[in-house]
Amino acid sequence: MLSQETLKKIDREIAKYPADQKQSAVMAALALAQEEKGWLAQETIACVAEYLGMAPMAAYEVATFYNMYDLAPVGKYKLTVCTNLPCALSGGVHVADYLKQKLGVDFNETTADGMFTLKEGECLGVCGDAPVMLVNNRRLCSYMATEEIDKLLAELKS
Amino acid sequence: MSTQQILLAGLDPNTGDQTWHLADYVKRGGYAALKKILSENIPPENVINEVKKSALRGRGGAGFPAGLKWGFIPKAYQGPRYICCNTDEGEPGTFKDRDLMRFNPHQVIEGMIIAGYAVGSERGYNYIHGEVWSLYKRFEEALDEARAAGLLGQKILGSNFNFELFAHHGYGAYVCGEETGLLESIEGKKGQPRYKPPFPANYGLYGRPTVINNTETFAAVPWIIINGGEKYLELGKPNNGGTKLFSVSGHVVKPGVYEVPMGTPFPVLLEMCGGMRNGKLKAVIPGGSSAPVLPADIMMDCTLDYDSIAKAGSMLGSGAVIVMDESVCMVKALERLSYFYFEESCGQCTPCREGTGWLYRVVHRIEHGLGKPEDLDLLNSVTDNIMGRTICALGDAAALPVRSFTKHFKSEFEYHIENKKCLVPPEVQREGSRIYVTPNRVPSC
Ligand SMILES: Cc1cc2nc3c(=O)[nH]c(=O)nc-3n(C[C@H](O)[C@H](O)[C@H](O)COP(=O)(O)O)c2cc1C
Ligand code: SF4
Ligand code: FES
Repeated sequence: MLSQETLKKIDREIAKYPADQKQSAVMAALALAQEEKGWLAQETIACVAEYLGMAPMAAYEVATFYNMYDLAPVGKYKLTVCTNLPCALSGGVHVADYLKQKLGVDFNETTADGMFTLKEGECLGVCGDAPVMLVNNRRLCSYMATEEIDKLLAELKS
Repeated sequence: MSTQQILLAGLDPNTGDQTWHLADYVKRGGYAALKKILSENIPPENVINEVKKSALRGRGGAGFPAGLKWGFIPKAYQGPRYICCNTDEGEPGTFKDRDLMRFNPHQVIEGMIIAGYAVGSERGYNYIHGEVWSLYKRFEEALDEARAAGLLGQKILGSNFNFELFAHHGYGAYVCGEETGLLESIEGKKGQPRYKPPFPANYGLYGRPTVINNTETFAAVPWIIINGGEKYLELGKPNNGGTKLFSVSGHVVKPGVYEVPMGTPFPVLLEMCGGMRNGKLKAVIPGGSSAPVLPADIMMDCTLDYDSIAKAGSMLGSGAVIVMDESVCMVKALERLSYFYFEESCGQCTPCREGTGWLYRVVHRIEHGLGKPEDLDLLNSVTDNIMGRTICALGDAAALPVRSFTKHFKSEFEYHIENKKCLVPPEVQREGSRIYVTPNRVPSC
């Protein structure tokens, strides 16, 4: 069910751990599976579990515990804005409000065209760059004043 | 007072991204400590002793002496031992390890290899906060460079010492920063902290003896080996050796990471950050969101070291200094922090799982004009019932902000409860928390 390319990347992760500890690769494997599929359906999680020789339930527990895994479909772009206190002091909440208004959605909602899902993030570990946001878990955007957000949205839409 | 930097010397956000490679690090004197140890055959005990002498205290939050921790690894143990580095950095306000990892990853690697040598370990993992993906990628690249140069792997630099090192990423769970939650997470499980004892030194990763330290702790080690523990101690003050990275966020002109000697007066750091942006200093959280908040006058008298901040009633923690001016409503600030702990509790212990939700709901209702006169006593009693009664320190981390905010800013909470509104006018709050981008920093996306 996962592509050869993803499986090859998972193999690389497995090689990092002692031979009898394949399960250690589950976090990376789930992240790679999500990268390929967009989100983690139960079958996808089961597939990862089988590949790593662990119980599907154990992989499912991991997928539900860590909040960067998406267990339901999200928009083409998931935008996670940090609103925790250090960021809020430099505009984190204003930026979140601006995005809500521009996209016409609240946190945990997806725009009608399926393009954007907005998420409220906890500290991303880059508070000095506030306001900050993440695109699809991978792309970190620093110093996001409203003009920068406009630019980003235009780029993602094009 | 010394101004020497040993972690980020000459590296700044505008140029640091270009000079992280192995060759740059070697030019800065990198890997000399490892070479010295291996070529002079320095006994592992001597390495540990040097770290003990330096009074290097763990930079992840608890401030435990690193040399002492390394000494706990049972010497007679047969079988693998592990070195784990904690780069999970999720404590709100903390972003120092990020600068080490993007500008100076090899110094972290060198520190971890030396730790491996000191405790007889042949394998390590660096657990990296999943939100900043570029750090994970960069660390893997740095590891490749080190392997290619024979600094990792079998018979390092022609010696009989073997050490392998790998990167493991998190995926969004603050509690994995807790050391045993982190170990569970590397094992491929939910990151739920373990009961202690046994401590990781005896029962760590895969049940083996394990040293786990913060990124900054490891990064200080090479300098200590080259210059000696005493020199390192002299950089700081007694019992508080060396320099420390401070992540400064909030209402200062230049938020960012600053490396200063332990014992630097807080006003000096504030000045390095360009001072306050607009308003007057109201309060500071000196050690990350879990540390008790201190009012401006107390903070201005503190020096930045474990002992001084502890004496003032807070903690140096991870060195995350959150600066707030008078536009901040302390009830709203606490509400956001309480939400965070409620959201991040792993749910294993009843006092934490139920208590964090309770704290959040009560602070939330006070902030929203629905507070009752007895709520402050209620908050106190809930924190009493959390503190010291949980498996990990996240419970205390949730309780301490509540305690300190309601203690030092009691009148603001009382005003909210009585008048159903905030002492700080809404327009002042809005102005104070508006979008602010540090001067001379180019937006990157
Ligand atoms: C909830 C919680 C979160 C923590 N997060 C971190 C973290 O992000 N980074 C870190 O180094 N230590 C963190 N710690 C502290 C670790 O448990 C541990 O003390 C530390 O990694 C030990 O390294 P050190 O002695 O070098 O500081 C956290 C502790 C708790 C209770
Ligand atoms: S104190 Fe909270 S976070 Fe820590 S183990 Fe208990 S429930 Fe989990
Ligand atoms: S509080 Fe937003 S990145 Fe840390």
